[in-house]
Amino acid sequence: MSSQTARSNLMALPAIAWLGLFMIVPCVIVFAYAFLTRGLYGGVEYTLTSDNFLRVIDPLYAKIFLTSVRIAGLATLFAILIAYPAAYAICLAPKRAQPMLLFFAVLPFWSNYLIRTYAWIVLLNREGLINNLLRWLGYDGEPLSLLYSEGAVIVGLVYNYLPFVILAIYSSLSRLNGELVEASRDLGAGRIRTFWRVTLPLTMPGVAAGGVFIFVLSIGNFVTPALLGGGRFQMIGNLVYDQFLTANDWPFGAALGMVLIAVMVTLLLLQARASARFSGETAEAKNG
Amino acid sequence: MNDSVSNPVLSVDTVVKRFGKTVAVNGISLDIRENEFFALLGPSGCGKTTLLRMIAGFEVPDGGSIRLGDRDITHDAPEKRPLNLMFQSYALFPHMTVWQNLAYGLEMESLPRGEIATRVDDMLKTTDLSALASRKPTELSGGQKQRVALARALIKRPKVLLLDEPLGALDKKLREKMQLELKRLQHEVGITFIIVTHDQEEALVMADRVAVLKDGSILQCGTPQEVYERPANRFVAGFIGAMNFIDGEIGPDALFRAGGEALACDLDGLQRNARAVLAIRPENITLKPAGSGIAGTVVDVAYHGLDRQLYVKTALSPAPLQVRVAATGPGVAAAQTGATVSLAFDAAACRLFQE
Repeated sequence: MSSQTARSNLMALPAIAWLGLFMIVPCVIVFAYAFLTRGLYGGVEYTLTSDNFLRVIDPLYAKIFLTSVRIAGLATLFAILIAYPAAYAICLAPKRAQPMLLFFAVLPFWSNYLIRTYAWIVLLNREGLINNLLRWLGYDGEPLSLLYSEGAVIVGLVYNYLPFVILAIYSSLSRLNGELVEASRDLGAGRIRTFWRVTLPLTMPGVAAGGVFIFVLSIGNFVTPALLGGGRFQMIGNLVYDQFLTANDWPFGAALGMVLIAVMVTLLLLQARASARFSGETAEAKNG
Repeated sequence: MNDSVSNPVLSVDTVVKRFGKTVAVNGISLDIRENEFFALLGPSGCGKTTLLRMIAGFEVPDGGSIRLGDRDITHDAPEKRPLNLMFQSYALFPHMTVWQNLAYGLEMESLPRGEIATRVDDMLKTTDLSALASRKPTELSGGQKQRVALARALIKRPKVLLLDEPLGALDKKLREKMQLELKRLQHEVGITFIIVTHDQEEALVMADRVAVLKDGSILQCGTPQEVYERPANRFVAGFIGAMNFIDGEIGPDALFRAGGEALACDLDGLQRNARAVLAIRPENITLKPAGSGIAGTVVDVAYHGLDRQLYVKTALSPAPLQVRVAATGPGVAAAQTGATVSLAFDAAACRLFQE
């Protein structure tokens, strides 16, 4: 081993220690708990079993899993539909204005997550801003029940994670070689066909990165469903939370958590592989 | 300068383009003939690429017009113009194979699938790319990418093909080969080529006509021979090929005087009793037996195989004169560094300029 690698290994040590202590070790503990039996008042009894994993596929829990996938999926879809045009608009702005526009796009992110989520309660409740606005505009029916619904959860998730998605798509768009777009126009494709055939395919890595990001964060989220969703366990994150803190069934909570982590890691690996393959291609095009 | 020809395939009429306060193209007019190989030659920043981009439709002129045949295309979108551009960076679509890159332009014309396939396969054959049809651009060498870019533009059968520094990214050997290859291909397909280049040798070798640009204007437009042998001004003279410049003045007797020597040159309507610059190419100076011409001392010799470049210090100018002599020419053997030589100018090849 050269002294160069020795030194760089040494510098990585704090990060490795941190990850090992607070990421790997807890994961191993949770993984181990998933195969144990529940204790009467929380905790675990050291009797090995695979029952916890069998319970995960129980229709009751499988349904919550599917709901989570649907909510996270819709949040991902809407976030991309909002973020792509936003990132595109930022890219079209003069080069000097772009950092400022990005700053504004990310600005909400610097406030507290809970405060941002509570703000939506203020907006969406039956006496909230939106219902008041509708009444002011002449609507005189029953106030709309916007809060405590799947829709409210999706709105909250999209709102909270949108900056990441914009940043991911922006970074892909801003690296796109403008001559490829010009070449497409030159070969007879109008703006719209150029977008579908050249711009979008070449910025898919950014869309995938942003999409996987918000999907992974959404599917495991429990704060937003708890505050905006109302129901007891609407998403898998709430179910896990409940097993540990209410139902006192740590092993089952651990098993659910492991399944969730497996889903996330699979998605992240797929995304990393796809973007590695893609970035080679776009970098090449830029260098000619 | 308007160099008009009858029935031009493309005409550029007093086109102006400004970027902020900079004038990139300053009222250029040009007529390009059918099937011509035309070169826009100039140093970087002379406006040649901006002019090409206006013809392609990527920049809108601030003034003037561009006509293709009898159709005004000044404000047409790039996709509406029946001409194609080969980009300097080639701009091959990285997510498509060579075959798909070629088919792209034809798909945009909504041609039947069968016809697209036939034309792509034919073009791949013409450009010797058939073996690479299923490769992605990342898997191609520089020369191969260049051929794909050319094929992708040619397959559209454009009225005019625009080429932006098409050989700029290739190494010297390949560049020389491709110069002839491009010329051959242009004859074969019978399409008008307009090429942008900063390489004067490239322009002279390939083009039927050359326009020399500087600061957004055309300084001279003519055949390579005209531009090389009768440059219109000092800039063109210096930009194209090697040139010796000698500062002096034209006397009342119409002789050019510098450093105590008097030379008879074609005045070409220039003023007498005024300062002037004499330009003469290294190959138009010959070595003479001692005592019969302009005396000088050889300060350096560069060996070029077939011929030699001598640097000869004379009383004519502060800088040594470049003299190109055949390796077997008279007196060459004696012309070593430090030797005293005599030079004679070919009067017919001398050009005088007044600023």
